[in-house]
Amino acid sequence: MKQPESAVAHYQRRRRRRLALLAALALALIASVALDVATGPSGMAVERLLQILRDPGSVPRVEAVIVWNVRLPYALMAVLVGAALALAGVEMQTVLDNPLASPFTLGVSAAAALGAALAIVLGLALPGVPPAYVVAANAFVFALASVALLYLLALWRGFGVESLVLFGIALVFSFNALVALLQFVASQDTLQQLVFWTLGSLARASWDKLAILAAVLALCLPLAWRQSWAMTALTLGEDRARSFGVPVGRLRAAALLRISLLSGVAVAFVGTIGFVGLVAPHIARMLVGEDHRVLLPASALAGALILSMASVASKTLIDGVLVPVGIVTSLVGIPFFLAIVARTRKASA
Amino acid sequence: MNAAPESGLRAESLHMRYGAQPVLRGLSLPLLAPGRVHVLIGPNAAGKSTLLRGLAGLQAARGRVWLDGEDIAGWLPARRARRLVYLPQSLPTRTGLAVFEAVLSAAMAGRGGQGEDALASVESALRRLGLLALADRPLASLSGGQRQLVGLAQALVRRPRALLLDEPTSALDLYHQHLVLDRVRHEARAQDLVVLAVLHDLHLALACADQVLVLDGGMLAAAGPPGQVIDAALLARVYRVDAAIGLLAGRPALAVAGAL
Repeated sequence: MKQPESAVAHYQRRRRRRLALLAALALALIASVALDVATGPSGMAVERLLQILRDPGSVPRVEAVIVWNVRLPYALMAVLVGAALALAGVEMQTVLDNPLASPFTLGVSAAAALGAALAIVLGLALPGVPPAYVVAANAFVFALASVALLYLLALWRGFGVESLVLFGIALVFSFNALVALLQFVASQDTLQQLVFWTLGSLARASWDKLAILAAVLALCLPLAWRQSWAMTALTLGEDRARSFGVPVGRLRAAALLRISLLSGVAVAFVGTIGFVGLVAPHIARMLVGEDHRVLLPASALAGALILSMASVASKTLIDGVLVPVGIVTSLVGIPFFLAIVARTRKASA
Repeated sequence: MNAAPESGLRAESLHMRYGAQPVLRGLSLPLLAPGRVHVLIGPNAAGKSTLLRGLAGLQAARGRVWLDGEDIAGWLPARRARRLVYLPQSLPTRTGLAVFEAVLSAAMAGRGGQGEDALASVESALRRLGLLALADRPLASLSGGQRQLVGLAQALVRRPRALLLDEPTSALDLYHQHLVLDRVRHEARAQDLVVLAVLHDLHLALACADQVLVLDGGMLAAAGPPGQVIDAALLARVYRVDAAIGLLAGRPALAVAGAL
């Protein structure tokens, strides 16, 4: 029998390979963002684009506006929303020990849609919110409230993780029913507005929204990363993690708070974008494994990459038409996901 | 400080409940000495797992628990987990971690920092349990016996003083049952660990225990060396079976005729 290489050295080599994969994801993201900015119905040569980015004053104002107020915010919004939803999704999957958990599947997006619908159809608005933010503020408050509900149930002794997930699914159906009711009573005009909102679109991007979302990510990612060993241990089961000294209740509560912020803000700004929060963590897990020190950033990068590529696709799928990106993520994300599942099944068989 | 502090794990008047149902009513455990394997036996619903979880601080318990003379009953779970490791019966199924990472996460969980100073201890624990060749394998691809050994490595890498094992041999074949218990006994001796293991199989208890504790209806029914404690009268009273104990190849062995 040959002497096995030191297990530590072997582990460190695997770890370096994973960090390289992380870097590759980051590079792919940069390429995708560049492509996203370079793509658009107005067409624009790359040299012209670079010139506008370097010196916006040197070109006609309309071209500068297209790049600086439309293309760049859209492209960056895709990155930040994708990262936020994916980070929320991976944390949710770990702390609720359920591979199907995501902001979309446990009612956070549906709650946000209900909040938006109340603003759009009935004109209900929070006092003191600027008009441009009324729909987003409502959506955010409802998303926050739905996670707060899940959070309170998680604190409740004896309320197990399975019940929590079932409750989240029940939330989805209840909120959807209420949104349908509002659609039923809505006028032609507001109905169209509501449907467009729920489709999910990056067209609502703006620099101040970007700043808010970036701040939320800058707060949540490091806080989540500090818990990565505890979350990694939690994948071994709640009892085992607790016997290693992980305060599982507190970990779960803190994660749910981060999830509510991340998904609440993201959904409030761009509407319902499904599947990124569900699929990106799985793709990241297949690439880098379950060590959360790498998995958390890898999920965020994968989510950003998926939504960025979806943004490119949404501009190029139908000539001259900007398909709402929420539709694209579902159409493109699901077959992609199934392909990966099928491949890993085959590899492990 | 007067005399040298006692060495080992002891409990006094433990009360625990499962929901509204009282499970332990004032149970006291004699001093469990380090370096020896203590086996907790008893019929279903006797409170064995509950007792282990109470000692580990995973479930609320009223009463006192001493480890090496210190009353640890009031310690926070994280502090208790540094001295006492409980290994649950269930094996991890869903995780995608490889063996090395799983043991590393056990070493790092519940303590701050991202440092990897634990790498050498992980390798050492894997070597001691004969798991080095499996270090890169995903946990989910291992057999039950191998996963049980990984669980043991996870416990040992934390360098605990006491090891609480909840049915470490359930669902294992005969070879792995003895392999796991041999390793446990060896580590108990080598590291001077306090070991308390729940076992269902009385043959195994007879074969590997230094001391057995018999739990029945939330009370300690008997305690002592297995050959002395496990006899026909106890089996009739606690397990309600008609059984005889004799020597087979010089070791105590059990023959059960049937239920009473």
